[in-house]
This record gives sequence, structure tokens and C-alpha cells, in this order.
Amino acid sequence: MKKYKDIVLHGNEACALGALAAGMRFFAGYPITPSTEIAEFLSVELPKIGGTFIQMEDEISSMGAIIGASLAGVKSMTATSGPGFSLMQENLGFASMAEIPCVLVNVMRGGPSTGMPTRPSQGDVMQSRWGTHGPHPIIVLSPQSVLECYTLTIHAFNLAEKYRSPVIMLMDGLVGHMWENVQLPEKIEVIDRPEPSVPPDWYNPYDDLPGGEIVPLVPFGDGYRYHVTGMVHDKSGFPTLVHEEVEQCLDKLIYKIKNNLHDIIRIEEYMLEDADICIVAHGSVARSAREAVNIARSEGLKVGLLRPITLWPFPRFHLENISKRVKLFVVPEMNYGQVYGEVLKSCPKRAVRVTRVDGELITPAQIMEKIEGTAL
Amino acid sequence: MIHTSETMYKYLRPDKTFPHVWCPGCGIGIVMGALVRAIERTGFTKDEIVLVSGIGCSGRMSTYLDFNTLHTTHGRALSFATGIKLANPKLNIIVVMGDGDATAIGGNHLIHSCRRNIDLTALIVNNNIYGMTGGQYSPTTPMEHKASTAQYGSIEKPFDICKLVEACGASFVARSTTYHAKMLDALLYRAIDKKGFSVVEAMSQCPVQYGRRNKKGSPVDMMMWFKNNSISNPAFKKIPSGEVGEQFPVGILVDLDEPDYLERYRQIVKKAGDDRL
Ligand SMILES: Cc1ncc(C[n+]2csc(CCOP(=O)(O)OP(=O)(O)O)c2C)c(N)n1
Ligand code: SF4
Repeated sequence: MKKYKDIVLHGNEACALGALAAGMRFFAGYPITPSTEIAEFLSVELPKIGGTFIQMEDEISSMGAIIGASLAGVKSMTATSGPGFSLMQENLGFASMAEIPCVLVNVMRGGPSTGMPTRPSQGDVMQSRWGTHGPHPIIVLSPQSVLECYTLTIHAFNLAEKYRSPVIMLMDGLVGHMWENVQLPEKIEVIDRPEPSVPPDWYNPYDDLPGGEIVPLVPFGDGYRYHVTGMVHDKSGFPTLVHEEVEQCLDKLIYKIKNNLHDIIRIEEYMLEDADICIVAHGSVARSAREAVNIARSEGLKVGLLRPITLWPFPRFHLENISKRVKLFVVPEMNYGQVYGEVLKSCPKRAVRVTRVDGELITPAQIMEKIEGTAL
Repeated sequence: MIHTSETMYKYLRPDKTFPHVWCPGCGIGIVMGALVRAIERTGFTKDEIVLVSGIGCSGRMSTYLDFNTLHTTHGRALSFATGIKLANPKLNIIVVMGDGDATAIGGNHLIHSCRRNIDLTALIVNNNIYGMTGGQYSPTTPMEHKASTAQYGSIEKPFDICKLVEACGASFVARSTTYHAKMLDALLYRAIDKKGFSVVEAMSQCPVQYGRRNKKGSPVDMMMWFKNNSISNPAFKKIPSGEVGEQFPVGILVDLDEPDYLERYRQIVKKAGDDRL
């Protein structure tokens, strides 16, 4: 493979490279703009390193195939955009329920429906959290730059393995299609699936271990025979309707994430220490927001930025803490206010939104206008 | 000679998952017995087999057998199986689906698995109805037959599963019935052994949801119907098409030797120039 050190890269390409660096060796997908370059790039690179690329017949089967590959012990990924993401939801829920590590990249485009195929959007924030049915946890990451497309994809695989969970890389079409000069880090941390610590006869793939430790998922064929199902299951994996076992199964899904928020949640703060106004923005919008902070500061306004890198679980506690200090939250988004709703839920302070759904970017000036037009 | 009861016990998970969910007189148990005998004959260890299933009465088979088992989403079993096979080609993968599972919601995956010629064995248990959801019509419910959503009789032309998968390029296509349980296990053995995508259609009686509504009599009557209307494939071919009626061919219908998906993928790897070499 080419060496990618100091080089001009495309967001989607960086995401694919990050996946390879994390050890991803199985990709299944179905073409859709603006995510297609990920599949195209991997169809060239994966065969070179003994990995597998397959173009499936649709997104439903792509999601199924990456779950199968992960169960066979290979780190796996798929990539899609809006409509394809909707099709993946049922099997995404399966991955959540059966606790199968895998990574799903959604390069968002304007919706609803076929929407605006070539225009960026942030319309799938809620779909990424609640698109599938039933109570389930999910981890969702949002990069703002080409470099982060690389580093966060690696992080996504690490979280997937660590928490035996599907992880979503939620990129807006702008981040996916952006070209930037990047220095890829020489050293990265890669988490691989741990070996089981018990012999096959004692192995319960869904055991509730003391201290919340997560049982390693042993690849099919390694001598640990077990059953995997999307049905509510007992600790050995078989369907159950026994009250205590149902509770144990569902609670465990939620708590393995909830008890590790400090490890999972990443945020970035910019000039927030003395801020009266906090902008909350993620993805490409966070870049405009940062510029807005600079402009505001030059005008003597105390504005700062909170950027959730982990969108889900949502960084509630950070917001609650900040809300004790600031007078106003400004939430610019390429939708009618999905993160805005979470901000309102998280803190009693006043929050206003800056919305845009026409496929155009939110500019620093647009954010400034809101800041200046809102009486504190 | 393999005795069913001894072999069955070897492969069941008696302490975990019984009693099973199937109705008295259901044919799925007979199909499961045939599958177990076929696997026994292949000599593969339990760890070398992965049993993947969809959702439905037939899909529950994966719960009861002691292999690496995966009970997927409705219609999508072949997709999951494709991922497993490509990630670990050493595993022998058998995919059990119902007729609705395989040809309605999963129809797209079925035809593309054939075309791709991926090395999997698909066992389609055809009971002509959606059993688990209470007897709605499926793509194999015969015209004019009744179902809970076709109280006036079905007006949709049914699929012939074997013809469908043959047209899509499956390497091995065979059909048997619960009456011909021994033939079924021989066909399954051949299918598992076969490289490439194999499909075995097992016609099975659903006395509760299909038989009762369509006055097909007892489970035994339904099996006798299979006996009286089935005909070996060579003999079937000699019948003039206008005289076929309800008769259907059983046995091996297609047996091709073509490179499977993985063989072709290895060519891609060569072309791409494996960096590790
Ligand atoms: C996406 C989805 N749609 C519908 C269902 C409900 N459902 C469960 S089983 C089934 C049909 C089963 O019929 P078939 O595949 O013929 O298998 P059988 O039960 O007859 O063996 C349906 C429609 C489901 N589980 N998932
Ligand atoms: S409903 Fe039909 S197919 Fe399902 S278990 Fe009962 S008899 Fe068998």
C-alpha cells in the first residue's frame, strides 16, 4: 500500500485508511453518494492485504454480512448514506442485541428520502440513535476533519471491540468529501478481541461478570460452540422469557455503555473557561462555529465552543456543568434542531438554534447573527 | 447404516432448549433429522459446521442443534452466512430458511447468492405457508389455496423454488419431501459436499396452518400426498408438459461444476498483488 504520511487526503479515503489501520479486513457495502468512495477505495486495497471486499445486493445484506464476518473473528465495516442507513437499521439492532462488534459509516446527505444526494446534511443524528427498534445502546462518533476521519475510525473499531457493540461513524457529506493536508500519526492504539479466559464448557457469551467486565466474543469455529440470536436471550445465548433473564439481558446492554461514559465520551472545548455563550456544534459545522468564536472574541464577546466528538451517548454531564457557567447555548446544525433538542433536555438554561437544511453550509456569519440578535 | 435416534442425541442440545416450538405432526422435525444424518455422514466435527437460520418455524432449527448457530433476522440469513463464509472459508455453512423467509423477504438475497455462487448450502423448508405468524399466504402457496390472508383463495402465481434458483445460477439444486426422508438426507449430504451455492428444497407438511385450512387431512395424509405426486426427475422430464398436473420432480435437478466466489476472489487477490508476499 502507498505510504500515507504527509499527504492530501479525502475524508472518505481517510476513513477507509483508518479502518485498515485498525485491522478491518472485511468490507461489505452497496454504493450510495456521498459514501461511495469508501467502498471504491477498499475494493482496491483490501485484496492487496488478504482482506475481503464484497459489493452486496443492498444495504440490508451488507449489514448482515459484516455481522457474519465479525462473528467469524474478522473486524468488519460497511459504509452508506441516509436511505441506505435506514435499510440497515434492523440488522444494526441485531448487532446491538447480539453484541457483535462492527463499524457502520454513515456519510450523511440531505433528506428525507432520496433528498439531496450530493449535498451535506446532519439529518441522521436521531436516526443514528433511535433508528432501530427497542431499547438498545449505541455509540456514535462525529469527525470534523480529514485527520479525524482517520483517527476516529480507529477509535470506532477499538470501542466496538471493547464494548462488543456496533459503532457508527456519523460524518456529514462535507467532512466525507473534504480534501485536507494531513499528517497521519505514526503510532496508534489498536484494540483486538481478547481471548476467552475459560474453557468451552464454561463459556457463556452473554454472561454478566462482576465489575461489568465484558465476555470476549469467540469466533465461530474456534471450538466454543454457542447460539447467537436477536431474541432476548439468557447468559448462554438461548431465547428466554423468564422475567429475571429478560431484565438481565436488556439491562446489561444499556449498562455496559452507561457505566463507562467517562471512557466512551470525547468532547472538545474551545475558549469555554470564561464564556457567557456556548456554541454546541459537531462535524463540519463545528469548524464554522470555531471561526464564529474567534470573530466574537475579537469583538469582545465571551463566546466558547463545545464540540461533542461522541454524539451518542450524548455528553449530558458536560453540558450540565457548562450550563452552570454560561447564559446561553447556541446550537447550529444542518437540520431543524436534533442536537438542539438534546441540549434543551440536558440543561434548563436558554438555548437557541441556528438551522439550515438547504444543503448549504452554516457560515460563521450566520452563527454570529444569532449570537448578536439574541438578548442575554 | 446410521440410526436416527442415536445420531440425533449426539447433535441435540437437550438440556437447554426443549421442549421445542413445533406443533405435533409438523414436518420440520423430519427435515432436521435428515440434516443431522447428512452432517454425520460428512464426518465434519461440530466445530466445523455453522448453522445459520432465518425467522419462522423452520428458522428455529438453529436453536436445537449443537453447532455454531446463528438465528438471524427474517429473510437475511444468507447475508449473515455470506459474511461468515468469506471471513472464514474453512467453515461449512448450512442455512435453514422457510419458504417465506427465503423467497419473499429474502428473495433478493437468494437470487444473488445463486448468481454469486458462494459456497453455502441453503436448505429451504417449504410448507407452502407462513407458519409462525399464523398461516398467511407465501410465495409458494398454490393458486386458489386458502390462507389467513387469502380467505377467498390465493390469486398469486406460486414460485417453483427449484426452477427459480436454477435460473439464477445455483450450482446444485435438489428437492425432496418429508415422505422421502432418506432421500432428503442423501441430497443434503451431496449439497454440503458440493462446492458452490447449493439449494435443497424440503417439502414439508404444516398440518396446523396450511393443511387444516385446505382440507389436506392428517399429517400422514399430507405425506402420502407428497408420495403420490412426486416423481423422479428423469421420469418427470419425459412427461409432456400439458400432462404434469400437480406432479413435481424430486432428486437432483441441477449439478454444475463452476468456480465458486472464493475461487474467483483468489484471482482478484493475485491481480491486486498481495502486499504481504
Ligand atoms: C422484518 C420482519 N417482518 C416480518 C416478520 C414476522 N414473521 C416472522 S416469521 C414470518 C414468516 C415465516 O414463514 P416462513 O418463512 O415460510 O417460515 P415457517 O414459519 O413457515 O417455517 C414472518 C412474516 C419478522 N420477524 N420480521
Ligand atoms: S405452524 Fe406449521 S410449520 Fe409451524 S410448527 Fe406448526 S405445523 Fe410446523
